Amino acid sequence: MNIHEYQGKEIFRKYGVATPRGAPAFSVDDAVAAAESLRGPVWVVKAQIHAGGRGKGGGVKLARSIGEVRELAAKMLGMTLKTHQTGPQGRVVHRLLIEEGADIKKELYVAMVVDRAQQRVVLMASSEGGMDIEEVAAKTPEKIHRVAIDPFSGLADADAADIARKIGVPDALVGQASNLFKALYKCFDESDCSLVEVNPLIVTGDGRVVALDAKLNFDDNALFRHPDIVAMRDLDEEDPAEVEASKFDLNYIQLDGDIGCLVNGAGLAMATMDVIKLYGGSPANFLDVGGGATTEKVTEAFKIMLRNPKLKAILVNIFGGIMKCDVIAAGVVAAARQVGLKVPLVVRLEGTNVDLGKKILADSGLPIISGNDMGDAAQKVVAAAKGKSPVPA
Amino acid sequence: MSILINKNTKVVTQGITGKTGQFHTKMCREYANGRNCFVAGVNPKKAGEDFEGIPIFGTVKEARAKTGATVSVIYVPPPFAAAAIDEAVEADLDLVICITEGIPVRDMVKTRAKMRGRKTILLGPNCPGTITPEEIKIGIMPGHIHRPGRIGIVSRSGTLTYEAVGQVTALGLGQSSAVGIGGDPVNGLKHIDVLRMFNDDPNTDAVIMIGEIGGGDEETAAYWVKDNMKKPVVGFIAGLTAPPGKRMGHAGAIISGGKGTAQEKLSVMESCGIKVTRNPAEMGKLLKSVL
Repeated sequence: MNIHEYQGKEIFRKYGVATPRGAPAFSVDDAVAAAESLRGPVWVVKAQIHAGGRGKGGGVKLARSIGEVRELAAKMLGMTLKTHQTGPQGRVVHRLLIEEGADIKKELYVAMVVDRAQQRVVLMASSEGGMDIEEVAAKTPEKIHRVAIDPFSGLADADAADIARKIGVPDALVGQASNLFKALYKCFDESDCSLVEVNPLIVTGDGRVVALDAKLNFDDNALFRHPDIVAMRDLDEEDPAEVEASKFDLNYIQLDGDIGCLVNGAGLAMATMDVIKLYGGSPANFLDVGGGATTEKVTEAFKIMLRNPKLKAILVNIFGGIMKCDVIAAGVVAAARQVGLKVPLVVRLEGTNVDLGKKILADSGLPIISGNDMGDAAQKVVAAAKGKSPVPA
Repeated sequence: MSILINKNTKVVTQGITGKTGQFHTKMCREYANGRNCFVAGVNPKKAGEDFEGIPIFGTVKEARAKTGATVSVIYVPPPFAAAAIDEAVEADLDLVICITEGIPVRDMVKTRAKMRGRKTILLGPNCPGTITPEEIKIGIMPGHIHRPGRIGIVSRSGTLTYEAVGQVTALGLGQSSAVGIGGDPVNGLKHIDVLRMFNDDPNTDAVIMIGEIGGGDEETAAYWVKDNMKKPVVGFIAGLTAPPGKRMGHAGAIISGGKGTAQEKLSVMESCGIKVTRNPAEMGKLLKSVL
């Protein structure tokens, strides 16, 4: 799960990570009120969307008067912000963060992630703040410094100070930076983060080390112990189809093709998308119905897929292990009857109770095209999506 | 022969009294030598009771002492599953197979740190388990698609393992062992570890290795294969069409910062002499071509 920058900074403050003073704004009046409560004489108006690259896209602006804050807020709220992370369709801005301006002496970078190979949280930092860190990693990898953190003793003082020096924190501020890194780790650990990124971390003219940005991602598996974080979820930032699917415990991701896929198991679901592409088609979605799909879940999955105006055909690919083929077949038939089959449907069943499943499909009288194996099914659905009528097997 | 488990393995089930644990314990018991293999269950609140004749103990340590179980399988719900692994490690079991999906990464980071220097091997979590056909099945895979044979299968995905098994069986071949290592970012056995075991197993002739987007474990395994593997390995990587930055069902299946793409993994595997296919329907066929 992702949250907004202003929410991330609220969490940072709880852990004693220094941030600029600021307040969120949902309207122009909010923005003006927030600006008035801050000192000035310079304010920063920051669009709040769950994507990076906001500055380059025109989502971060400096204001030199309250009037300018008002103008900028009016312009930004409701605008569609396009960055390299939003895709070409962009994101509509519904929230702003109004902050006091900062006197930036130095821009640094600091982040924490779980390193899969080391199986530990790693602190990553660089002197190259304010830049795209992937670019830094590609061009000047020697400028990125890393240290793995022991999960029981936490970030060691010596390691924190060492990293601070390596990225060019002035000697007098190394202690302050170390404390900030340690607070960040505490925040990461206690909040079950999967990523904490501060880009840039700044050194100010008056000698403070401050998190000018805050990007936090959370481990979805751990959200059950963080109701306060779940409450920060902003559904406006998520794909409506994915939000709908999550209500039914379906793993759904919207893509831009025209062949809907309903599959059990994440790996098989990805492989199904791949095989569709291989045969010249284009998947409309990733959908893993999981091991315990019921008729209700399958019906909802069909409804969500059919809401996509681009949809031209559907492929159901099931390798029944725990999931019995007859249960899935009954679900498919019920769903097709309930929502109406507006596009060709290809079904490939394999595994437990496969014969029973195939019989249910055949007896339904529905125009279901049967796939003999994954390759055959993929070829048939690609042909169907292109308007060619395949021979039902 | 086989790897990890065989018909003489004695298994303790942690989470035997839950719905999932009960269902799969029954299925595993019915498979091959399962009746003799599944010897104990654990539930501190139900010690002294039994599940369909399988005695339930208060702790893993006690179950081990009383029944000789050296392998555990875990169906405990996610909030308590890492602690269940810890308990099995402290009881010095040889192997722990954790089926549970949805364990917080932080819990696994701590559990893996505690495992350093201990003898216990972990398979999973978020995995289907492992099977040696006609001997023993520990996990949630459908037993009937398997057939004894000389092909090793290792995969991060459950259903793709079944797909590969099904294709191998359909070609008239069979499996020595099929191992699901699971889809979580912080886990136990990796491709490289299982490949090592297949390499040393006299009853395995060739291996199908199935990976997916996210992380760099397939690449690490591929480099090892290049230098050490004496048997042919073929591979498939799921997720060539997966968009970056999206978690594709499995907690570990995500392309982040441009890293962990299927294309990158396939290229490295090919450069290391592993034959790969981009068609998941042809894993079995490719395997047969290298025998």
